[in-house]
Amino acid sequence: MAKTLYDKLFDSHVVHEENGTALIYIDRHLVHEVTSPQAFEGLKLANRKVWRVNSILAVPDHNVPTTDRSAGVAGISDPISRLQVQTLDENCAEYGVTEFKMNDLRQGIVHVIGPEQGATLPGMTVVCGDSHTSTHGAFGALAHGIGTSEVEHVLATQCLVQKKSKTLQVLVAGKLGHGVTAKDVALAIIGKIGTAGGNGYAIEFAGSAIRGLSMEGRMTLCNMAIEAGARAGMVAVDDTTINYVEGRPFAPKAEQWDAAVTYWKTLHSDEGAKFDSVVTLKAEDIQPQVTWGTSPEMVVGVDGKVPSLDSAKNEVQRGDWERAYAYMGLTANTPINEINIDKVFIGSCTNSRIEDLRAAAAIAKGKHIASNVKLALVVPGSGLVKAQAEKEGLDKIFIDAGFEWREPGCSMCLAMNADRLEPGERCASTSNRNFEGRQGQGGRTHLVSPEMAAAAAVAGHFVDVRQFV
Amino acid sequence: MKPFVKLNGLVAPLDRANVDTDAIIPKQFLKSIKRAGFGPNAFDEWRYLDHGEPGMDNSNRPLNPDFVLNQARYQRAGVLLTRENFGCGSSREHAPWALEDYGFKVIIASSFADIFFNNCFKNGMLPIVLSAQDVDDIFGEVAAIEGYKLNVDLATQTVTTPSGKSYIFEVDAVRKHNLLNGLDDIGLTMQQQDKIKVFEAKHKLAQPWLFN
Repeated sequence: MAKTLYDKLFDSHVVHEENGTALIYIDRHLVHEVTSPQAFEGLKLANRKVWRVNSILAVPDHNVPTTDRSAGVAGISDPISRLQVQTLDENCAEYGVTEFKMNDLRQGIVHVIGPEQGATLPGMTVVCGDSHTSTHGAFGALAHGIGTSEVEHVLATQCLVQKKSKTLQVLVAGKLGHGVTAKDVALAIIGKIGTAGGNGYAIEFAGSAIRGLSMEGRMTLCNMAIEAGARAGMVAVDDTTINYVEGRPFAPKAEQWDAAVTYWKTLHSDEGAKFDSVVTLKAEDIQPQVTWGTSPEMVVGVDGKVPSLDSAKNEVQRGDWERAYAYMGLTANTPINEINIDKVFIGSCTNSRIEDLRAAAAIAKGKHIASNVKLALVVPGSGLVKAQAEKEGLDKIFIDAGFEWREPGCSMCLAMNADRLEPGERCASTSNRNFEGRQGQGGRTHLVSPEMAAAAAVAGHFVDVRQFV
Repeated sequence: MKPFVKLNGLVAPLDRANVDTDAIIPKQFLKSIKRAGFGPNAFDEWRYLDHGEPGMDNSNRPLNPDFVLNQARYQRAGVLLTRENFGCGSSREHAPWALEDYGFKVIIASSFADIFFNNCFKNGMLPIVLSAQDVDDIFGEVAAIEGYKLNVDLATQTVTTPSGKSYIFEVDAVRKHNLLNGLDDIGLTMQQQDKIKVFEAKHKLAQPWLFN
């Protein structure tokens, strides 16, 4: 029978199945400092061992400072953050887990370093105590976020108890316009199906526009599957995937490589495979997107306006929109390109890879951030991304344009470290969530692509990046 | 894990859709390396008028009188009633930890985000999906009747109102069994370790690069 990619990935990892509930084997377990301490503690209390230590790769990313790190972990000023990073170091040392520590060149955001190292491979099951684990689905892998109890479960048993999800195919056919990115595709999809649209589903992104995306673009797209409600998003393996993986430190070598590639080439949905649901978008219809509210589904094209209550679908949504207007300090029918910003954040597991930085730098080159922009941060996704950018001179372009060039980490995507918005401040952000308080209590987040963030930094308000490119 | 069997609980209404886990427990509290003590910071930014940080004495902080859970009539509620896509966003298990510590054992909504829904079952909590219409009806009754309680019975999969109306809800058979008996998932999976070893050996033979 014709199978979907999701079926192939799921079925090939079933250890045991009973009453429709399966035990599935986990190939790669990524770990960070925030959601793992209680799991290691639980393991210790129950006197259990780690099942397969070489399946784990750990990195501190949420709490790390993006400014001077010369004092090491001891230099993290917030004592509670410091303890959390130290606890990860201690747990990794105790159990023999591979960890890229804070001052390791390979340190970075967990969803950036996994692929960068080749620790994420096609055909894998990948989990992490982090919802944006969906990112790794870009490689034709089954990847999703788990809670801390499940982190402990995977540490102890190498397995997860799972029920099969329904499948949703999101087809984006055609060619994306100039200045339109994977981020815009992701936001346009969420705008169409809503943040609950993917609940209960695993999404496969397909169609010519998806095939045309680079691996980094596919990661951006799969990263935001969770914002559409789907735990997992994925893209079939093709030459783009295989070319990206080849030669990375954790990737198979020599004769293993050839065997792997032969297998990986089977990782696509079969002709005629049935999905539980299908959604179609035309690439040519997608414009650069800007969120206006407090949920990623509150999004419009850059030439649009903050929608009015007449277009809300029901009473519950009217209430949500009214609260969003108040929180965001916006009124209905305000044109998006008249919204002024205070800060800019270019970074996060969604958009902090080298192509993102190149795209933003191309806009910022030879220009300067507007006088009303108080702070524009560029936070590379990893030490290696940072080094590559510096080799290309991107750091200089950003600094000359008035941006700050920082050390890698999650930073102002969720503001667990010192990088945050003050109450009422408005930010053009390349991150993934515009929830109330996400970037700092009272902060107002507008989600955009790196190009759009850079253009907004220069203009001081949102502006159609297609005027720049 | 603590079992969940039944509850006759006061219902608190949180009338908004897409309540995300950042709202349920803001990020600054995720720095804790403990599993307990998150209750006083559940819904921190909506609940208090000042900015909360870990280590504060929450009993002295100014409460937001406009936040529904601060109303006298909803104190000590055990059932949270809310709208679609509750628990969306981050996978942080601190969200169910905070709600459980606050006192909620049951959450009723027309839909839940998948990871949050799953995390509830790991913590002796029961998330219940009812139709949008049924949820709407219960919102109406909660507003009209002070001290409104629901009787939730996992064994019979029913939610019963004070007037005796019963709603049936679905729950996965395995999850139900584990919740009723307070079974530890890891212990159950460890009983399958021979099967895991057999699978692992086969998997390694087929894809040795996964084990480098």
